[in-house]
Amino acid sequence: MSERTMVEALRLALEQEMEADDSVLVLGEDVGVDGGVFRVTEGLLDAYGEARVMDTPLAESVIVGAALGMAIRGLKPVAEIQFSGFTYLAFHQLESHAARIRWRSRGRFTAPMVVRTPYGAGVRALEHHSESREAYWAHTPGLKTVIPSGPRSARALLVAAIRDPDPVVFYEPKAIYRAFREEVPDEEETLPIGQAAVAREGAEITLVTWGAMLKRTLDAAEVLADEDGVAAEVIDVRTVSPLDAETIAVSARKTGRVAVVHEAPRSFGPGAEVVARLVEKVFWWLEAPVKRITAPDVITPYFAREQAYLPAVERIVAGAREVLETEA
Amino acid sequence: MPRERIEIPYEVEWLQVLDEDGNLDEERMPDVEDDELLAWHRAMLLARRFDERLLQLQRQGRIGTFAPVKGQEAAQVGAVAAIGEEDWVVPSFRETAAAVWRGVPLEGLILYNAGYNEGAAVPEGRRDLPIAIPVATQLPAAVGVAYGAKYRGSDEVVMTFFGDGATSEGDFHESMNFAKVFECPTVFVCQNNQWAISIPREDQTKSKTLAQKALAHGFPGIQVDGNDPLAVHVAAKEATERARAGEGPTMIECVTYRLSLHTTADDPSKYRDEAEVEEWQKKDPLPRFQRFLEERDLLSGEGVESLEEELAAEIESAWESARETMDELDDPLVMFDHVYEERPPYLEEQREELARFGGAVGREGEESE
Repeated sequence: MSERTMVEALRLALEQEMEADDSVLVLGEDVGVDGGVFRVTEGLLDAYGEARVMDTPLAESVIVGAALGMAIRGLKPVAEIQFSGFTYLAFHQLESHAARIRWRSRGRFTAPMVVRTPYGAGVRALEHHSESREAYWAHTPGLKTVIPSGPRSARALLVAAIRDPDPVVFYEPKAIYRAFREEVPDEEETLPIGQAAVAREGAEITLVTWGAMLKRTLDAAEVLADEDGVAAEVIDVRTVSPLDAETIAVSARKTGRVAVVHEAPRSFGPGAEVVARLVEKVFWWLEAPVKRITAPDVITPYFAREQAYLPAVERIVAGAREVLETEA
Repeated sequence: MPRERIEIPYEVEWLQVLDEDGNLDEERMPDVEDDELLAWHRAMLLARRFDERLLQLQRQGRIGTFAPVKGQEAAQVGAVAAIGEEDWVVPSFRETAAAVWRGVPLEGLILYNAGYNEGAAVPEGRRDLPIAIPVATQLPAAVGVAYGAKYRGSDEVVMTFFGDGATSEGDFHESMNFAKVFECPTVFVCQNNQWAISIPREDQTKSKTLAQKALAHGFPGIQVDGNDPLAVHVAAKEATERARAGEGPTMIECVTYRLSLHTTADDPSKYRDEAEVEEWQKKDPLPRFQRFLEERDLLSGEGVESLEEELAAEIESAWESARETMDELDDPLVMFDHVYEERPPYLEEQREELARFGGAVGREGEESE
């Protein structure tokens, strides 16, 4: 057991999977010699050579499409797209091919591949480097969309994603790449894809979130406990799609009050799906309307204003109080 | 200060072995067994007749939209005949002749065109990827399969098909570039059939040839008479050998012609002259190859006649068995199969929701037999 940042934890996952299975390889822009712009793949080139750590040309569509071809040929490629804002160039490959090859070939060919990409605001980056668009991928049948919330879940979920028989878009919350350390076991650890976790137990309100917003939501829960004496339950969704609605519903039945926190824009966002599932499954248990505490439906502003754009702890606390104060 | 010509490796060649009148350049004749030549002819003719039958079925409303292959049989058969079963084919959507050569069942092709997913099922062991419709988007996966084959130290080659329109797409250039950077054993077979729906070749790109686009990516491109299966084969054989020798990709531009429609939803009279089509009819690959085989005493008029009967029977039997299969495939719930390896709970719920209607809903609009 040692303390690791998320970057180190992700690297541990890659190292151990590459060590254990020679069908695992890494490809992307600057992932080899440079070790990736966030250094997630640092050291892999020296350890595994250029056939397995491929510094590709600057071409996102073929990075993802070639990964698909490798997967069809029996490998387990992990493609890195440098920033999620550049994944759209590969949209066709994911939506039209990776997500469909199993279905189209009636199970004959499959796409056990991972597309890792850093997403989200909070690191004072340029335009196109701060968006949170997990809904695009979650909306595509055939894909899985996984978002870790800390070093330990990042490592365990990446291992699971690499071993998963279906294509996984692995969204890495870059705002917390190095923001804090966690104990990450040296020995193998995986977490099931498609399963949410209760990150903090409580009986009075459920706060549903994922990725970089988990830390803020836990901080908000702490404020609610300290200042209001309210026990908030916090759900770490971990897999946006296939969504584990059951874990969320169980909590909602217990608390009767729910807020969803995400940094993606609100409309048609992933929070809307969470709310819809709750309305379908636990409507009669709800004591107040479900609230969405999200980024507004605007283009992610340049970084001078990004903290105002992101759900801040104050906003999460205020939103939760609103839900708590509503009389049935 | 110098200002001088930079030498680019490779030049673009034009290759023809059998001309429009069936005259052979003996020196360039590839080493192909007589039986093999007859097998090519059979596949080309089968593809032609099957295509005609599909068109008829489409006009009768029995199958849906499809892309006729008529005119491109030599470009496809000449190319795929250069690779083996252990090699891969990554098609776009007009490769009926290549599919026929590769042994893809006609029944499956009918089912596919009749709107049944089962028709796209790829039999175990066969290394043919399913049809890919969005133009050029099959190419990135093709080079990935090739890289995978190379990574595993295998001898496999990937042959991928696309058209003239595809050469304008980003995926084409990204894939060509990737293929050479990583020396992926890929044969890029461009079927330049002169038309991308309504856009003629000369308005698609101002490049003199399509083959020269390979040179920009650092590997050879050759332009061949795509209606001459021998020329296509010579180029495909060379490309395959280069790929197996670790020399990476090659592009072959087959100059051919789409004698029929873009798809059955298309009306070419809106954008192209019948006179042009008539000119290309004279270069039709089938009569040309047939004349060549007759001159070599490999085929006779009678032989063709009995072959025609045999193929007609094969096509009818495929249609009959496809019809029977369609009658059995009345369960729309198969749409829930193969989305993921394991069906997530919400998808199971949605399946059960649809199952309550017993598959009967949505059938009202269908024509009865």
